[in-house]
Amino acid sequence: MSKTNQKLPVSIKAEAWGSRVGLVLAMAGNAVGFGNFLRFPVQAVQNGGGAFIIPYLVSLVILGLPLLLIEWSSGRYGGQFGHHSTPFIMHSLHRGRIWKYVGVFGIFCNIAIAAYYCYMESWTMSYVYHSVAGTFNGLSQHDVAGFFSQYLDVTVSTTGIPFEAILFFVLCLALNTWILSKGLSAGVEKTAKIGVPLLILFGVFLAWKGINLTPGEDGAVFGGSEGLNFLWTPNYDSLANPKVWLAAAGQIFFTLSVGMGSIQCYASYLKKNEDVACNAMSAGFMNEFVEIVLGSAIVIPIAIGYLGIDRVVDLTGLGGLGLAFRTMPFLFEQWGPVLSALAGVAFFGLLFFAGITSSLAMGTPIVGFLQDEFKWRRKPAAMTFGLIILFLGLPTVLFFQQGVFDEYDYWAGTVSLVVFAMFEAILFAWFFGMKKGWAEINRGADIKVPLVFKYLLQYVTPVVLIVVFVSSLLRPANDDWSKISLTGWPLHPESIIGKLIHKEGTANPKYFADRYYSELDGKVDSVWKQSYRYYVQVIPAGKTHEFAQTFTLDASGKLLISKGDQVIKNQPLYEGRVINRIFFVDMSRLLLLALFLGISLLVHIAYTRRKKENSI
Amino acid sequence: MNTSALITMLSTWIVVIGFTSYFFIKVLKGNNDQNQIDNGN
Repeated sequence: MSKTNQKLPVSIKAEAWGSRVGLVLAMAGNAVGFGNFLRFPVQAVQNGGGAFIIPYLVSLVILGLPLLLIEWSSGRYGGQFGHHSTPFIMHSLHRGRIWKYVGVFGIFCNIAIAAYYCYMESWTMSYVYHSVAGTFNGLSQHDVAGFFSQYLDVTVSTTGIPFEAILFFVLCLALNTWILSKGLSAGVEKTAKIGVPLLILFGVFLAWKGINLTPGEDGAVFGGSEGLNFLWTPNYDSLANPKVWLAAAGQIFFTLSVGMGSIQCYASYLKKNEDVACNAMSAGFMNEFVEIVLGSAIVIPIAIGYLGIDRVVDLTGLGGLGLAFRTMPFLFEQWGPVLSALAGVAFFGLLFFAGITSSLAMGTPIVGFLQDEFKWRRKPAAMTFGLIILFLGLPTVLFFQQGVFDEYDYWAGTVSLVVFAMFEAILFAWFFGMKKGWAEINRGADIKVPLVFKYLLQYVTPVVLIVVFVSSLLRPANDDWSKISLTGWPLHPESIIGKLIHKEGTANPKYFADRYYSELDGKVDSVWKQSYRYYVQVIPAGKTHEFAQTFTLDASGKLLISKGDQVIKNQPLYEGRVINRIFFVDMSRLLLLALFLGISLLVHIAYTRRKKENSI
Repeated sequence: MNTSALITMLSTWIVVIGFTSYFFIKVLKGNNDQNQIDNGN
């Protein structure tokens, strides 16, 4: 089956890692992201507490570690032929026509994820500033939650800085671009060497504070052990639920940054006989340390210490991001002005370092691709990355409330990762061939990789990935897997097919309309007019103000509701010109599709050029 | 904390910290000579 490119290296590597520790820290920094601190604890709470760790560790062994080995070794292999991005790394593994286009995912995912990830990163920058400036001092929990909603609305500025969200986004992007332009060793590696240790230091400080919360001190209602107890008490019944296993597999993907193409890119700058096995394990387990030890000891213990279990379970419905930005500043406030500023800087600072070391990894593949295939210098390539992210990221900033951010996250940050990982596992094990693959993993290895991984890589990992993909495609409504039958079953709105056909349903199904209808049952919490727009905030029935949804409508129309009104789904709220959410959702999908096709075209041009030059 | 939560947490933490330290020490002790740095472009 193996039909690989046997050509000699075509270019001398212009760049390289400065040190092995720097490489491992950069790889660990790539893996450690917001998900370690915000997604993991929420997933654990929602999927069986302590018992979640069982499917999580199983997924680590059968999915995570094998994918790390595949990506590190295939990256180093492709690097020998002068390739530093997945289209041609995959082509070097097998010359089948399709693989270089499958490799497009490895550039596409990074660009599309960076577009919204840099925006999140900019939130942390801003929150570090506001923690130091004391913006949150004296604010109620309601006001702290409201601050985040107002921050996301770029048309008005209630935070004291005009167009703050855009300003911080551009600042963050400029910083990323500048570091990338400095080069692999002087930019990316140096940042990782500073960022990762600082991140761990901040994490240890907050974890220490979280674990040592004492009831009655600093306004805490419960001790830190209450949160740990809640998070780690095993509910073994949950293990019978396929949803829990899929959630664990999903978490492993996100946390290790596999299925993206950035690991291959980083590894492609290694020499032929340099170790990949031990480096991969070291970077992978460093990520696990940050996630399992630090990630579990910060947000949940602190939140439960002040708000109690029921309230925190309710708030996890907002996801980790909601919990971090709507709730944590208020909780830190209870520690007094000095310590709250310190905790704010530590918490949002660690998120910032977790973010930037990941976004730099997302920028490296496109920079490598432009350098390799179009002979660009690093600076213009980095600038191009910055401009692309600005262009793609601005819709997530400007139309956050309209769902653009979530669409990018779903298609690029969730579905594409699974698809790409599935193909790369199949390519490595079945097309490149396991014999060569195993030799590649073990070449120069500082550890002896257990033989069981050879069989996991060949049979288990590809099959599990196919199962994960098919499950995501056809996920049943309410995650009720007992409804699966040959005659069909109702699909979950978050399943891939469900998403494609807009299964979630909407009261406003047209792109443009003359009326706006309520999307939910609830109560109008507030209505205000600012900058020629109406703002309507509705709290869903049975939920608290953190879950409030804000609708912005053109002030030229007429509002049909007022503060305090109860509303029901499909009830008209407004008369006037409306551009509905579904328009923004579909346009984001088209934009992502155009990005994928655009990269595919560049790959095609590069391939044709290489063929002409006989350099592939 | 109840016993089952404590055992689950500590055993997981010990395993993770153990592996993290083991592999990182291997990296530190291993060959650290990397390629020459060239950021000339």
